This record gives sequence, structure tokens and C-alpha cells, in this order.
Amino acid sequence: MIKRFFVLALLFAMGLLFTDLLLSYTPDTELNSTALYYANHTAKDLGAANIVTAIIVSYRGLDTLGEVTVLFLSAAILVLVLPKGWRRGKRKPRILPSTGELLGTGSHLLVPLILLLGVYLFVNGHLTPGGGFQGGAIIASAALLLLLTNPLQPFSRHLFSVVESIAGLCFVVIGLLGIVYAGGFLDNRLLPIGQLGELFSAGTMPILYSLIGLKVGAEFSSMLINLSETKDS
Amino acid sequence: MSPLLTIMTLLLSIAMIGGAWVAIRSFSLPMAILAAGLVSLLASVMFLILAAPDVAMTEAAIGSGLTTFLFFFVLGRVKGGEDD
Repeated sequence: MIKRFFVLALLFAMGLLFTDLLLSYTPDTELNSTALYYANHTAKDLGAANIVTAIIVSYRGLDTLGEVTVLFLSAAILVLVLPKGWRRGKRKPRILPSTGELLGTGSHLLVPLILLLGVYLFVNGHLTPGGGFQGGAIIASAALLLLLTNPLQPFSRHLFSVVESIAGLCFVVIGLLGIVYAGGFLDNRLLPIGQLGELFSAGTMPILYSLIGLKVGAEFSSMLINLSETKDS
Repeated sequence: MSPLLTIMTLLLSIAMIGGAWVAIRSFSLPMAILAAGLVSLLASVMFLILAAPDVAMTEAAIGSGLTTFLFFFVLGRVKGGEDD
């Protein structure tokens, strides 16, 4: 009884807090100084049409490197923790019920389109909404669809690890080259900025975001594949 | 914000609260997982209305796609240990 009263009191206090927040909320009529700086300087200095991408890849590129590292660590820990299960050739193959016409045909039709959408998103990350993380997640959902169609799908694990390592290495190397030849770590003015709004513009930004997309896609896909290959309990 | 958009936002919020209620209260686990995925999907539409297409894409791909798969996968693995 006293526990329930405590919970209710806590809920009431939180409600009071949020009501206060809601009532005292007034929408900003103008940008604050940081946002104003980004809005005024992004197109002129970095040549990127998408300010969000400019912040993620260039202004706050170091934070993105941290995010990618966290994702890499979680993928590595997943492999470490999961029980070593099904290896090709060691166990007799699992007998699976047939997938069904609808899922099979649908995935054959959709997987190339989903992959194309993912690649489009991270290649055009500096022009349109979206970018490396979104594109990578969409590529992983294509891998998921393949896995759902045929759980014994032979994926090349070697390819995934090679793509992931090379993408990560290139990201850091381009960042370091920025220190030497441009304004700082992950500065995108290593290459000419070009015309605002064209595909090959904004310096190294599209290259960096494509590398992030490949890395995230490979990491998510290998996570899903590792999960689906664990031992049946 | 136009009145139509406001009404749509309100409907989305109510549907999200309903989905979250089902996800917590449902006795069938697959139903709860699907309801949680539905909340994510509606949240991504909400992000789109609030002019954050980047976040909407991430939410749709990870929140309602991969996470739902992960929950179903784990549910398939722990089958049999349902009644403690």
C-alpha cells in the first residue's frame, strides 16, 4: 500500500514537472548563436547543402568517430559473448520449413531496391536528408530480409570484416590527412569544395559519409548474421 | 501548423499511447512486440511531421525494423521457459 502511494506520488511529481515545462514553453523566434553560426557558415565554408551532415561529419566529426567506435565495440562484444554455435559442415544442416512463395518472390524483388536506397542515402548524405547511419541501417535491413527468406544463407563473413576494417581505417586516415593539409581533424576542405548542391561537392564529406555507411551496414549485418547463427537451445 | 496537421499529430499521439499500453498490458508476447514496433513506426511519422527526416529514417529502420526482429529472435530462443 505504501509502495503504491510512493509510486503515485512520484508520478504526480513528474507530471507537475512536465506541466511546468509545457506551460512555460515559448517557441524561439530566432536561432541561438551556435545555430546561427552553422546556418550562416555551412554553405559558404564547407559547401554542404545539408547542415545536419556538415555538423555530423565535419564540425563534430570526432564525436562521429566515437559513435562508430561504440558500434564496432558492441558488434565485437556480441561475437565474443554469443555461444559458438553452428559452423558450416560441422553439424548436419538444419531442416527448415519452406519459406513460402510470397516472402521468397518479394525478397527477390525488394532486396536490390532496398540496397540501392541505402547506397543512395549515404552517397547523397551531404545534399538530402539521411546519411551514413541511416543508409547503413537500411542496408542491414536488406540483409535481414535475406536472412528471413533463407536462414541458412551463406554470407561471406570475411567480406564483412574486410569492408568494415577498410572503411574504418580510411575514415581515420582521411581525418588525419585533414590535420596536415587542411584546417584540422576531419576537415572536409582536403578536396575542392565545388559547386553547392552537386554530387561531387563539399570536399571529402561524401567520401567520409559513404565510408561510415559501409562500416555501419557491415557491422549491423554481421551482428544479425551472428545472432541468427547461434546454437539452438 | 495547419489544423489538419494538428489533428493528425493528436491522432498519432493517441495511437502511440494506445500502442504503448498494449505493449505493456498484453498477455501475448508476440502481440506486445508488434505493439512496441508500431509505437516506433508512429514515432517515425511524428518525427517527419516535426521536420526531422534524418531521425525519422533512423527510427523507422532501427526502431521498428531491426529491434522488432531482435525481440522476435530472442522470443524464439527462449520458448519453453515461458512459465518460469
